Amino acid sequence: MQWFDYAAPRSVAEAVSLLDGRPDARILAGGTDLLVQIRSRRRTCGLVVDGKRIPELNELSFDPAAGLTLGAAVPCYRIYGDRAVRSAYPSLAEVAGLIGGTAIQGRASIGGNLCNSAPSADAVPLLIALGAQCRLAGPGGGRTVAVEQFCTAPGRNLLGAGELLVSLRIPAPAPGFAAHYLRFIPRNEMDIAVAGAGVSLRIQDGVIREARVALASVAPVPLFARAAGEALAGKTPGPEAFHQAAEAARAAASPITDMRGTVEYRRHLCAVLTRRALEAAAREVH
Amino acid sequence: MTKTEYQVVGTRPVRHDGADKVTGRALYGADFQMAGLLHGAILRSPHAHARIVRIDTAKALAYPGVKAVVTAADFPPAPDKLVDFGEGATPLAYVRGNVLASGKVLYRGHAVAGVAATSAHIAEEAAQLIEVEYEPLPCVLTAPEAMQPDAPILHDGLRTAELGEKAQGRSNISEHFRHILGDSKKGFAETDVVIEREFSTATVHQGYIEPHNATALWNNDGRVHIWCSTQGSFVVRDATACVLDIAQSRIRVTPMEIGGGFGGKIPVYLEPVAALLSRKTGRPVKILMTRKDVFEGTGPTPGSYIRVKIGATSDGKLVAAEAYLAYEAGAYPGAMVGPGGMCVFAAYDIPNVTIDGFDVVVNKPSTAAYRAPGATNAAFATETVIDELAEQLGIDPVEIRLRNAAKEGTRRADGPKFKRIGCVEVLEAVRGSEHYQSPLEGPNRGRGVAVGFWFNVGLPSSCTINVNADGTVNLVEGSTDIGGTRTSVAMQAAEVLGIPVEDVHPSVVDTDSVGFTAVTGGSRVTFSTGMAACEAAGDVIRQMKERAAKLWETVPDKVEAGRGSFRCNGHSATFKELAAKVGETGGPVVGRATVNPRGVGGSFSAAIADVEVDPETGKTTVLRFTSIQDAGKAIHPSYVEGQMQGGSVQGIGWGLNEEYYMSRDGMMMNSSLLDYRMPTSLDLPMIETIIVEVPNPGHPFGVRGVGEANIVPPPAALANAIYRAAGVRMRRLPMSPPAVMEAIWSK
Repeated sequence: MQWFDYAAPRSVAEAVSLLDGRPDARILAGGTDLLVQIRSRRRTCGLVVDGKRIPELNELSFDPAAGLTLGAAVPCYRIYGDRAVRSAYPSLAEVAGLIGGTAIQGRASIGGNLCNSAPSADAVPLLIALGAQCRLAGPGGGRTVAVEQFCTAPGRNLLGAGELLVSLRIPAPAPGFAAHYLRFIPRNEMDIAVAGAGVSLRIQDGVIREARVALASVAPVPLFARAAGEALAGKTPGPEAFHQAAEAARAAASPITDMRGTVEYRRHLCAVLTRRALEAAAREVH
Repeated sequence: MTKTEYQVVGTRPVRHDGADKVTGRALYGADFQMAGLLHGAILRSPHAHARIVRIDTAKALAYPGVKAVVTAADFPPAPDKLVDFGEGATPLAYVRGNVLASGKVLYRGHAVAGVAATSAHIAEEAAQLIEVEYEPLPCVLTAPEAMQPDAPILHDGLRTAELGEKAQGRSNISEHFRHILGDSKKGFAETDVVIEREFSTATVHQGYIEPHNATALWNNDGRVHIWCSTQGSFVVRDATACVLDIAQSRIRVTPMEIGGGFGGKIPVYLEPVAALLSRKTGRPVKILMTRKDVFEGTGPTPGSYIRVKIGATSDGKLVAAEAYLAYEAGAYPGAMVGPGGMCVFAAYDIPNVTIDGFDVVVNKPSTAAYRAPGATNAAFATETVIDELAEQLGIDPVEIRLRNAAKEGTRRADGPKFKRIGCVEVLEAVRGSEHYQSPLEGPNRGRGVAVGFWFNVGLPSSCTINVNADGTVNLVEGSTDIGGTRTSVAMQAAEVLGIPVEDVHPSVVDTDSVGFTAVTGGSRVTFSTGMAACEAAGDVIRQMKERAAKLWETVPDKVEAGRGSFRCNGHSATFKELAAKVGETGGPVVGRATVNPRGVGGSFSAAIADVEVDPETGKTTVLRFTSIQDAGKAIHPSYVEGQMQGGSVQGIGWGLNEEYYMSRDGMMMNSSLLDYRMPTSLDLPMIETIIVEVPNPGHPFGVRGVGEANIVPPPAALANAIYRAAGVRMRRLPMSPPAVMEAIWSK
């Protein structure tokens, strides 16, 4: 393992000033990606900036009107251990329990999952389906972007020099709203998604008013399949509508063939997982 | 014949090394510490095949904290010769070449240089500063490709041993052998149905949890002490001596606890490098592998291409069979295709057989043994063809196997005639089991069975037993314990001595402290070292009789011994009472034995698998799994069951997901336990076990050895189950979800 410097700032401003002008610096939340990458020489890093002592990065609070504020360094175990999260966002609690094993979940964060920007990140399709927004801080001040715009390429995102993810903001669920994430892995645990589908539905008076679909592991970034969600709006939830959305998801995917699966197989899985996730979400509404 | 009553054999005592293991006090290779210890790192090839043009170590040597760098140029010059460490003769150049590459690198991960430094991090950094100029060469990754006349050649000097004759011209085929029994051509003419199929299996790794490790100290007196985790401390001693061209007696190997081996911890990788680094620095040097090093730099089991053709009459009698086995040896010859040829049809009495085997070098890591090496690949082919035959003939799959099962007197195509074996008994246990009798209901579900064979080995073992004055004994052995053998060996000594197994204290000691003992492999330790322990215990009994005779003023022949007591003319003494008097009757009692047993008994194993296949994803879920095996005699039934479960799980992983996923240019893309996908406890049902006991007449208690045969049937049993669940015949391993899905699509 290479030598690196370590800093543990106490405020967002201090973190920004440490990061600014250090292109070799990386923020550490849980470290479950970063330290593994440094150890295996997949990433070199001159300065590790530990975000865990910054209050804003550790905030986890729910407001029935404003929704959920999820600090970038909040570990998974706090998310699924939080009563408000489990009640308002059961799908988020579930996905927090999907990342890694129990030990990893003690450190790994959803914010880190997003900033690592892997196409296979399990939390990100669900965040997109939930309509989550990223709150960033940088030398030029703060800005807010939608999660679906955050990742730009495998391992890359739109964080600029000196910029960091402070928190995620997830809207409060409206009546008739449900979300679900499903991934396909050859094993039953401890695996990277061959494909994944995060969906949300808002059903009112037996009609889908709004739907969002996002996919994992089938594009250079976690993919917002806008057309798949739009195909559902105004439809009655059921096999026909879900089939159409599934086909739209299949069409949106642009996977590659690698050790986890072939192009054909992954496209196929997009359709299967989208349909199954929609069925699960619809069941949750009723 | 009445069943023999035993006091110790067949019980389930707590293992002698249990306390150390559960408290974390057991010392594994990586735990080794010593004053002045340096840490080593290995630089490995980034290419699958390349010529080494130049190595410049100057920058690495200049890095602060670096004490020494070694390459193949540091090996002392030695004439090439054939060396044999218990797994067949190999040119020394191949053994050396795999330890540190010379001239060419032959696989990605091939060791090129070693560094010793004051910390592991410095050593790792410095290794990256070694400049190696490579001239990349085209690579070849599978046996069928490597056998093509225009394939890139790995070894310029390699000539095919073609049916015993050295062939002319360069080739990647190191050997072609053929076994013939009867006349298969003629045999096929007498059959009603013939099925011929093609199979391929991926390279898979044993996946032991503990990575390889070695510490070496080249002392000022010229003696070398090595601490490592290995399946064979004498193999490490002898192989290191050959590689370094020094006398065996100058090396002492202390085996540390070992966290799994399965055949993969027989070859030497780090030991000679650590020794060379220690010689240069005068300090002890420890080298540890990472998981990536283990995958890329140690020996997995061969990938293979197999064709099997079997013909039967309409009443299900197998008449003729042919097999074509081409196994990938990896970078150096030795693909375990020989055992594949021995096992491919071993479960059956077939009068006309031809078996062709090819040992083929490819640009992948040099393969090592893996639990019944070569047999699992072969059984995957044979057992799925048998399943198809049963289906076509409308015969129950267990029934067709029983009708043709090998038995005492059956001749294998590779020569040997079976002595007493338990193939029929194993199959009858399958048929009679609650699992096989139970209905399997529900859509997309299916049940498959398969049977497998492993011949097991004998080889030398040594043992001494020192009698303590308190009536206990210390048992000294040289077999490193990878499967609970301290206890299974101690139990046999306890049975012979007639004392509780808790009064036997087994120790696995270094190579200076016990007679030569061959590798822990071939399921031989409970058989062979167990036999040495029995004989050493017998030697103790003989001497104790002398002591009793002295006390009772009679002759030893008149003293009767049994169940831990000695009697003569109204006198009697327990083992303990007599042990207290060894001082006054002539001094210490030491029993000793060294054996090289010939009465090895092969073991048959069967598997019953129930699966459910998701027709939309191709994912196979194992619902229920039973392993059935002939143990001969289960010395410690819990450990026998543990072996059966472990072998089954490895077979399931091999069958369903494990593979070296290679890029076209020979990079292993999944060299981590995350992406290599061995099954975890969450992917498996409880593995049920049925122990069959058909005693091996070649062992005092009937032991056969149970470490290996259990891995042989699972992939085939799963393939047969998947066929019944999803209607697709899988002929390629692994039967991963995308592979099954593609098969379903092309139905």
